[in-house]
Amino acid sequence: MSKKILIANRGEIACRVIKTARRMGIATVAVFSEADRDGVHVAAADEAVAIGPPPATESYLSIDKIMEAALASGAEAVHPGYGFLSENAEFARRLTEAGVVFIGPSPQAIVSMGDKITSKRLAREAGVNTVPGHDDVISDGDHAVRIAREIGYPVMLKASAGGGGKGMRIARSDDECREGFQRAASEAASAFGDDRVFIEKFIEEPRHIEIQVMGDRHGNVIHLGERECSLQRRHQKVIEEAPSSFVDDELRAAMGAQAVALAKAVEYSSAGTVEFIVDADQGFYFLEMNTRLQVEHPVTELVTGLDLVELMIRVADGEPLPLTQEEVRRNGWAIEARVYAEDPFRNFLPSIGRLVRYMPPAESETVRVDTGVCEGGEVSMHYDPMIAKVITHGATRARSIEHMREALNEFYLRGVSHNISFLAALIEHTRFRSGQLSTNLIAEEYPNGFHPSNIVHDDPALLIAVAASIHRRYMDRAAAISGQLPGYERKVHDDWVVVMNDRHHAVNVRPVEGGHRVSFGGEEYLVLSDWHFGQPLFWGSVNGTKVCIQVERRNMHYRLFHWGAQVDIMVITARAAELLACMPVKEPPDTSKFLLSPMPGLLSELSVEVGHDVKPGQHLAVIEAMKMENVLAAERDGTVAKIFATVGDTLAVDQPILEFA
Amino acid sequence: MQDIVRELEEKRATAELGGGERRIKAQHGKGKLTARERIELLLDPGTFEEWDMFVEHRCTDFGMDQQSIPGDGVVTGYGTINGRIVFVFSQDFTVFGGSLSEAHAEKICKILDHAIKVGAPVIGLNDSGGARIQEGVASLAGYADVFQRNVLASGVIPQISLIMGPCAGGAVYSPAMTDFIFMVKDSSYMYVTGPDVVKTVTHETVTHEELGGAITHSTRSGVADRAFENDVEALAMLRRFINYLPANNREPAPHRPTPDAADRLEPSLDTLIPDSPTKPYDIKELILKIVDDTDFFEIQPEHAKNIVVGFARMEGSPVGIVANQPLVLAGCLDIKSAIKGARFVRFCDAFNIPILTLVDVPGFMPGTAQEYGGIIKHGAKLLFAYAEATVPKITLITRKAYGGAYDVMASKHLRGDVNLAWPSAEIAVMGPKGAVEIIFRDERDDAERIAELTEEYRVKFANPFIAGRRGFIDDVIMPRSTRQRVCRSLAMLKNKKLENPWRKHGNIPL
Repeated sequence: MSKKILIANRGEIACRVIKTARRMGIATVAVFSEADRDGVHVAAADEAVAIGPPPATESYLSIDKIMEAALASGAEAVHPGYGFLSENAEFARRLTEAGVVFIGPSPQAIVSMGDKITSKRLAREAGVNTVPGHDDVISDGDHAVRIAREIGYPVMLKASAGGGGKGMRIARSDDECREGFQRAASEAASAFGDDRVFIEKFIEEPRHIEIQVMGDRHGNVIHLGERECSLQRRHQKVIEEAPSSFVDDELRAAMGAQAVALAKAVEYSSAGTVEFIVDADQGFYFLEMNTRLQVEHPVTELVTGLDLVELMIRVADGEPLPLTQEEVRRNGWAIEARVYAEDPFRNFLPSIGRLVRYMPPAESETVRVDTGVCEGGEVSMHYDPMIAKVITHGATRARSIEHMREALNEFYLRGVSHNISFLAALIEHTRFRSGQLSTNLIAEEYPNGFHPSNIVHDDPALLIAVAASIHRRYMDRAAAISGQLPGYERKVHDDWVVVMNDRHHAVNVRPVEGGHRVSFGGEEYLVLSDWHFGQPLFWGSVNGTKVCIQVERRNMHYRLFHWGAQVDIMVITARAAELLACMPVKEPPDTSKFLLSPMPGLLSELSVEVGHDVKPGQHLAVIEAMKMENVLAAERDGTVAKIFATVGDTLAVDQPILEFA
Repeated sequence: MQDIVRELEEKRATAELGGGERRIKAQHGKGKLTARERIELLLDPGTFEEWDMFVEHRCTDFGMDQQSIPGDGVVTGYGTINGRIVFVFSQDFTVFGGSLSEAHAEKICKILDHAIKVGAPVIGLNDSGGARIQEGVASLAGYADVFQRNVLASGVIPQISLIMGPCAGGAVYSPAMTDFIFMVKDSSYMYVTGPDVVKTVTHETVTHEELGGAITHSTRSGVADRAFENDVEALAMLRRFINYLPANNREPAPHRPTPDAADRLEPSLDTLIPDSPTKPYDIKELILKIVDDTDFFEIQPEHAKNIVVGFARMEGSPVGIVANQPLVLAGCLDIKSAIKGARFVRFCDAFNIPILTLVDVPGFMPGTAQEYGGIIKHGAKLLFAYAEATVPKITLITRKAYGGAYDVMASKHLRGDVNLAWPSAEIAVMGPKGAVEIIFRDERDDAERIAELTEEYRVKFANPFIAGRRGFIDDVIMPRSTRQRVCRSLAMLKNKKLENPWRKHGNIPL
């Protein structure tokens, strides 16, 4: 077996591969761009090689540089992770030619599956169900419209080289089709250097279910069951699980058989994933095959008990698969939630910056955290905004959800915007709880984005009790100050008023050993904790139930985060509560006349000038960040009065771009 | 006797009602609390001892003899905040619009005199229409009497003003001489002359809010130190603020226990300084990660943001923090930031609060606006303030310490007690590029050569060792251990004794 492998990747997946390699006694080599010099994966590896400037095209996507690093470090094999060069046949070929093992399938398999048009043809030949569509490259907008009409709307425009949601557009009309073609082509060109786009029928209310396959170099291929990845936002997966609540044994067997048939047809010899789209009648259609390790592979690992990276390394080395199809086990339920540096309130726009605070949940038998960043690290605009994956395992789906709920409470991150509250809200959602998933769920349920303060907490009493206890701690400490008038020292009283969502709750807070007894509304809550001032996580128990609540002390408020909800709570004296009624309610300032930059990024297009009248939906500007083009459109009729920014400017969040009259 | 007691109770009831139900309702309608309600929220419950409730004005002109309300528009007395004595006066807008009469002024003066005598802070809650015009010069005399006491109290006891309503004309100068001014958004304003006069004299049209509101003074003018949302919040925050201040200039700042360990390491600080010397970072992250309980009470957070000042605690004892903010104007010193920093340093020095200075300063801001504005004299204020300060002074250079600004920012040469540097510190006359362009003026056009020389200069000077060799830096520390090192230095300096030569007073370049 290889004694040293190079991981041609960064972030969490590089760390993930290193972990397995280390366990197997294999030395590891990390590669890093200038932006990742302090990267966690660099520190985790036995050695590390610099491969160039931050842009991926000049570092992680540069075959030459990675080849050089592999040869210089004496690595015998290269694991590509996902993304970057993981599905680049040229890379696989050149490594092989240089005598370095590529831990993945053969270049031929990559080529035939990597191109969506070819792969569809091959699938059909192998007897796999496919979605009606057009297999050839679209030449221009008019061509796109012609074909779309043949298939019938709605249609999906997809970049041939695409993946991860980039270069994909849905069209329901000729106009949308023409426009979608342009956007898909230009996004694909900038993200993959390949602007080919094709079209297929778009299936409504679809579920995304994929089959993990594993092949070796001896012609054996097995499947490891399905993963359901229906919770997606703009084709970016958010929450995945294994197994799927929608898949029964029969469907699993049918999907698995087709997936294995396809893998065999291309002599597949590594870990791969056959993605299907499944309609409401359990009809399933081949979407594409990913010839690499998937981001969401951990759910399969937790359910099957296998280490896919280990299997990949072993089969790459020529070992046969250590198990047969019959020996594949399925144990319990696993769920993965992807933590992205993005702002759910601003339409999920990517967020970059320094991770001022980063405290992922602790790993345990039920919780696994795959992460590639650390406190003080940087989320760079050059790479994917996914910074961690939280994976939980339980005997049942419900248990797994419970574990996830607790794990997300413990995940504390500051410095960049993140979607942790959104993830927590999603797993609480009745449609998720009941397994009524579809890839449209997020778009349907959160059409206007998401804000944690809109989430109603299930158990407000819990928050009231904890806030009261925290406040009492602050008050008792304040009363311990030196320089008090002897005989007239401060006595902190027990009665307080908790103000939450404009409602007043009279509470009585008495100190007890290790915490407080808080009573209100006829109930008693024993709040115990060894929390101390300034700690962002309040670990403790309320009436014996373990809680972990995130706390921020603002001027008058405690801002608590729990179960996806964000709640501002004041704890004040009864007199202050009474007088609070006199305080004016202030409306936030009106910014509707301004077009504000929703995220940090580059202003790449400005389609209006001063004096232009705009209609709702009309494009005003395009901001480029994280390699995504984000179109800013007018929300209502207006006339452009002033323009503050010019094309090429780097904009900060909330920086005004233009003002309407 | 019975009659007297009854009369007493009647008088109390009248006094407590101030201007009466109708005016109280109007006050509430404006989103403002009454003078007594404010005191109730400010002090520990039940600790207020009121004085001079029966004082009435002595004016007989303009029908004033027909109307008199006990207390005369200001509630005065003392009480405790977390068990510590404070003196308070709270102007009552419901009584003659809170206007200042001779008697009203005498009540305030009495409070100030007592506070100086016993060495306790004075808090003024200002809400006054101005001078009692009916009293004429007697009212003006009243202002001056207050001013005089403000000045005598300055540097002896902390004086804090909370502006909770109008404060115009001569009235502004009492708060102006106190140590800190806080304001309430949307319901308070301060100006020397109001919008009407401004309109007549300069033909400018401006609202009360724009001319002298809390936002104006906490962002543009720097007159106010903080702006709060409403009365309730402002009073709660004032309670929190007073915890940082000693009772007077002879006492140490108050200690409060903390569970936060002095030797807590913060590994993430090792990556706080970006790779590129031109890339900014937020100095407040450093502050929050090294102080007790991540608790920092910032002063003037929205004004002259290129310098950050405020109070925090380390091992339970207050420290004043002064820090260049690389996020704003690259952290350079200009007129406003020098004044902001200087005033804060002098407050800390007057009241025995050690100063922690965090330095990342590329220099003074160039330009005609600055020179014409007198940056020479204003910059000198900060220099003067640091140089005369005798409290413990700890300085940490995180990155740039260039030119005269290096000297100013609590350098060793200005009697810095402990001067530390991170490995990323660059202590030099100026940045490498600028330096090379001057030293090698003749080769300025040879870009390649300049780049080479710049690199040479960088290697030579862009580190803390040159300064270290001369002892200008006591030690180079790892960023992660900053809290530990600062705490230990503060502990070591606890009994520092240093006195400046006797003089009537120094002559700071005002």
